[in-house]
Amino acid sequence: MDTSSFILQQIVNAIFLGSIYALIALGYTMVYGIIELINFAHGELFTAGAFIGVIVLTGLQSFGFVESHFVISMFIVFGLAMAYVAVLGVAVEHVAYKPLRDSSRLAALLSALGMSIFLSNGMMLSQGVSDRAYPPVFGVEGINIGGAIITNGQIFIVLLAVAMMIALQLFVHRTRLGKAMRATAQNRTMARMLGIDIDQTIRITFMIGPALGAAAGVMVGLHYGAVRFDMGFIFMIKAFAAAILGGIGSIPGAMIGGLIIGGIEVFWAAFLPSAWKDVTTFTVLILVLYLKPSGLLGESESEVRV
Amino acid sequence: MNKPPLLQLKDVHTFYDNIHALKGISLSAPQGAIVCLIGANGAGKSTTLMTICGVEPSRQGEIIFDGQPIHGLRPEQITSRGIAQSPEGRQIFPRMSVFENLEMGAFLRKDKEGIQNDMDWVFNLFPVLKDRIGQLGGTLSGGEQQMLAIGRALMARPKLLLLDEPSLGLAPKMVEKIFETIIEINQKSGTTIFLVEQNAQMALSISSLGFVMETGRIVISDKASALLENERVKKAYLGE
Repeated sequence: MDTSSFILQQIVNAIFLGSIYALIALGYTMVYGIIELINFAHGELFTAGAFIGVIVLTGLQSFGFVESHFVISMFIVFGLAMAYVAVLGVAVEHVAYKPLRDSSRLAALLSALGMSIFLSNGMMLSQGVSDRAYPPVFGVEGINIGGAIITNGQIFIVLLAVAMMIALQLFVHRTRLGKAMRATAQNRTMARMLGIDIDQTIRITFMIGPALGAAAGVMVGLHYGAVRFDMGFIFMIKAFAAAILGGIGSIPGAMIGGLIIGGIEVFWAAFLPSAWKDVTTFTVLILVLYLKPSGLLGESESEVRV
Repeated sequence: MNKPPLLQLKDVHTFYDNIHALKGISLSAPQGAIVCLIGANGAGKSTTLMTICGVEPSRQGEIIFDGQPIHGLRPEQITSRGIAQSPEGRQIFPRMSVFENLEMGAFLRKDKEGIQNDMDWVFNLFPVLKDRIGQLGGTLSGGEQQMLAIGRALMARPKLLLLDEPSLGLAPKMVEKIFETIIEINQKSGTTIFLVEQNAQMALSISSLGFVMETGRIVISDKASALLENERVKKAYLGE
């Protein structure tokens, strides 16, 4: 493999990983945007999605459905994982965050951490502590572009992730409910005075964000071939860094942040000791918090016009 | 021939945490009139509006709107009865366009044609908003934001329009323009207007009734023309 195709391959890998981080980061940023809370349970919701995915996929494969109806199978796997986690997301909001909506941010933050531990332990008890294998549905074959190999699985996952992000953008900009969500995020009191049911918009945020995280969980399972109850943690940290980098609260910011964090990680691992790749993510996080806490596309408090 | 007032507050008390902000407010706004509430900073004028809207619920007393009690309802329910507010600080959605801000004003309405007509009407009242239609709310000047806030409230086609300090921070020419528009809104659509102002002279000159508020209480209520001649009002609020 020559240098140019090697670099091309890294770009492919970066886009792949970045799309997954972006999907997870969207969950953080949307929830933060609307209730100014970092949903620390988001990593566990992502993992729950991966578990539902493996359970459904294994079931479908046991009677050969995946081979015969691949697209429908994927639709069912992603659909059920996202639907389950959407319900779980609403439940988390209802139990852990809604009662604390008017209390201090620290109380809600602790409640989020508690929820994270609760869900993580729940998954450990119900799904076990060891890796659970995802049935391999994508082979190693793929297409060759200028020496870089893009596997069918990578193409499928990136296209799906992009489609979801486009759908989300259309939802928040073109639909009545999406606009109500943005209005609630920008000024909750005013949104109420215009007749927007903010409980409903917050609930919908807690459906969409976690559902996107669940989709990312299934993608990770499909690509890496395994899930474990604690796999959410490292993805959570990466996606959190992506959301902060892009500007927490900003949807396009989360997408760009995801791609940048994915790119940094992939290129670091390609040229420098890969054991340090996670350190780079945290270095970026610290630098952003130090130099530009509002992130690339975020709005700093002082910039907001009164 | 005594029509019941559109809005009536009877002995309304509101608390911020433990601060007794409204200490038994009683006032009323006749159908189709412009009434104003004047008073110094911190007297409780904005709180009165927020209490009417249900954002700062009253703890005691009655608020009757259009013959029905509305105290105890949630803000979104009160809005659906026909009350819209252009609040203190304008509260524009900063990352939504002028068009979207206006659209949100009509959030509860389903009559597409009526919404379009009202949007045209708002652009007619404030042509500058039409020029800025795609611009984000947060990038507008203070005066433009004020027009957008009033326009957004009008998009709900309210029976009662609450305006909190529409002249605040605006150049004198702009203040005149805003007050002319308030009269136009009242005359053309018959919308009842409840105006909160520090610019007492202007506010009283366009109102039929006026209420003077001091530290959480209404201390004088009278015809606006009488208030303009009232010695106490002249001294304290008209700078004479």
